[in-house]
Amino acid sequence: MAKLRYAEALNRALREEMQRDPLVFLFGEDIGSYGGVFKVTRGLMDEFGAARVRDTPISEQTLTAMAVSAAMAGSRPVLEIMYADFMPLTLDALINQASIYEYIWADQVRMPFVLRTQGGGGAGAGAQHSKSLDSLVAHIPGLKAVAPATPWDAYGLLKSAIRDPGPVIFLEHKLLYNMRDEVPDGEETVPLGRARLVREGTDVSIIASSRMVHESLLAADRLAGEGIAAEVVDLRSLRPLDLDTLLGSVARTHHAVVVNEGWRFCGYAAEVSATLMDHAFDDLDAPVARVTMPDLPIPYSEPLERAVLPGPDEIVAAVRRTVA
Amino acid sequence: MMTNGPSVDEQIEIYRKMVVVRRMEEALGALHKQGGTRGPIHRCDGQEAVGVGATAMLRSSDQVTSTHRGHAHYIGKGLDVHRVVAEILGKETGYCRGRAGHMLVASAADGLVGGNAIVGAGIPAATGIALSLQLQGRDDVAMCLFGDGAAQTGICHESMNIAALWKLPVIFLLEHNQYGLTVHHAAQSSVADLSVRAAGYAMPAEIVDGNDSVAVYIAAANAVERARSGGGPTLIEAKTYRLEGFSTSDMGGYQDEAEIALWRARDPLTVARARLAGEIDTEVLDGLEADAAQVVDDAFAAALADPPPEFELHPASAAYSGGA
Repeated sequence: MAKLRYAEALNRALREEMQRDPLVFLFGEDIGSYGGVFKVTRGLMDEFGAARVRDTPISEQTLTAMAVSAAMAGSRPVLEIMYADFMPLTLDALINQASIYEYIWADQVRMPFVLRTQGGGGAGAGAQHSKSLDSLVAHIPGLKAVAPATPWDAYGLLKSAIRDPGPVIFLEHKLLYNMRDEVPDGEETVPLGRARLVREGTDVSIIASSRMVHESLLAADRLAGEGIAAEVVDLRSLRPLDLDTLLGSVARTHHAVVVNEGWRFCGYAAEVSATLMDHAFDDLDAPVARVTMPDLPIPYSEPLERAVLPGPDEIVAAVRRTVA
Repeated sequence: MMTNGPSVDEQIEIYRKMVVVRRMEEALGALHKQGGTRGPIHRCDGQEAVGVGATAMLRSSDQVTSTHRGHAHYIGKGLDVHRVVAEILGKETGYCRGRAGHMLVASAADGLVGGNAIVGAGIPAATGIALSLQLQGRDDVAMCLFGDGAAQTGICHESMNIAALWKLPVIFLLEHNQYGLTVHHAAQSSVADLSVRAAGYAMPAEIVDGNDSVAVYIAAANAVERARSGGGPTLIEAKTYRLEGFSTSDMGGYQDEAEIALWRARDPLTVARARLAGEIDTEVLDGLEADAAQVVDDAFAAALADPPPEFELHPASAAYSGGA
């Protein structure tokens, strides 16, 4: 089985889907001749030409609206928005356009587009290039949202997202692009809406996505040394949420800690927490705990940024409080 | 190449549709006064020559994006009067089964996608459709009807730059009715003629009398021909006037009476009828008007008697992939 970097796995998924379906095209800022600022689209313009791998002006609002309508007209656009921090510019197209048409127009149209973006802190990129805005996109009815944590899932979920009949927001993480791990040799997809049990345990379910899965695994190692067996669930799909897997895990462990790199108030972790309370209250022996960013902009200086990003210390502390 | 004007038969059909739209608007106004409508209705009295004249030469596979004031665009693009009225009245028999209302009517089968109540949003939507048409090698075109208010948005600039840059098959048809809601264009725009902005995109542009359906038709037909043959986008500024309020909730008082009188004297229906009067008998025109009025009366009678829709949840909005 080949080992690929996360960015290479995405690149392979894009290449295969473009080879498979001539309706797939890519557009976005710096994705063509430069190959993307995170090199995800490297080489694709040479292979598929400048019409299907398009460098664009810096026009996120219009590009997103174009992805919506081009999909409606029969294409399968994959738009790259360079940073998740630029997502606020895309929101009219997502909230007032993509979200509404399938239902409001009574199933007359489909919008099979993918909006790829990357977020997350830890790279010293400052307050406008480091955010995780999971809750912003997962909040919107009519859209799906996925956030792969591994090269395998990056590859398989992107292929599924491109083939999906509706809009999918694909959230990558800037600190994962260089992570090398196994990717299947043959073409294989990972279905949207299915979580993955990464590590089994009996005492607590740590529920995370994207880079926070890896932080949670580090926390689980430490907790094992203290005699706490933590289960780690990688959501993979933020919407639709794989409720069955979550409920199954909590039924085993009776404790849950939700980890998300985004803000706390009205955040994604709050939604997962409320969902567990709705559906698994009788299984829970303690309130669901949340580990998130504090409600602050992400500061630049390394010790300051380190202080606000959730990591194993915060996760271990939350687990100890929960199982105490 | 310059196109000839519409044939007499085409002019008759354009005039018939303009009369249908006017009778529809008047009937909606009367129904509103009786409390028979729901929510605001944005009438287009006085602007019929733009919506009907500009769409008269389009194929059903050509794609039109519209506005919150789209009744003339709907009828011009070939939508059925009864189903439009039924949608406006929130009935199951409407184009969108009563989910859309009058500002968001769409008929994908007729290439009308669709009304839009976010001012300016139809501009990038048409641009994205045009990109898809170009990539698919289709010789259909996209036409965006938008107002002078929408022309002030950032997405208008972004879209026109991209459309001109990529020579997209799109026609930007600016329906300049002098007011953005209650504010006169002189208080919204740094230039009197918005078409001068096309020079900034190296895009051909022209100003036409928006109350003369023949002038609008000729300008649009030339732009459609240019777009279809790979010549890229055109901006057409059709100067017209909104004879009624912004919507049925408009209290008025901001339009100068002399200004209204001036435009009322140049009512597009009067202009079109006068042109035809030289070609065909008065009795034929009278009969045509009576037939159009009957079509509208029948449409309202049928729509008012049609059943309301029943609420059902929509699978596209699923928050969970499985389970409870």
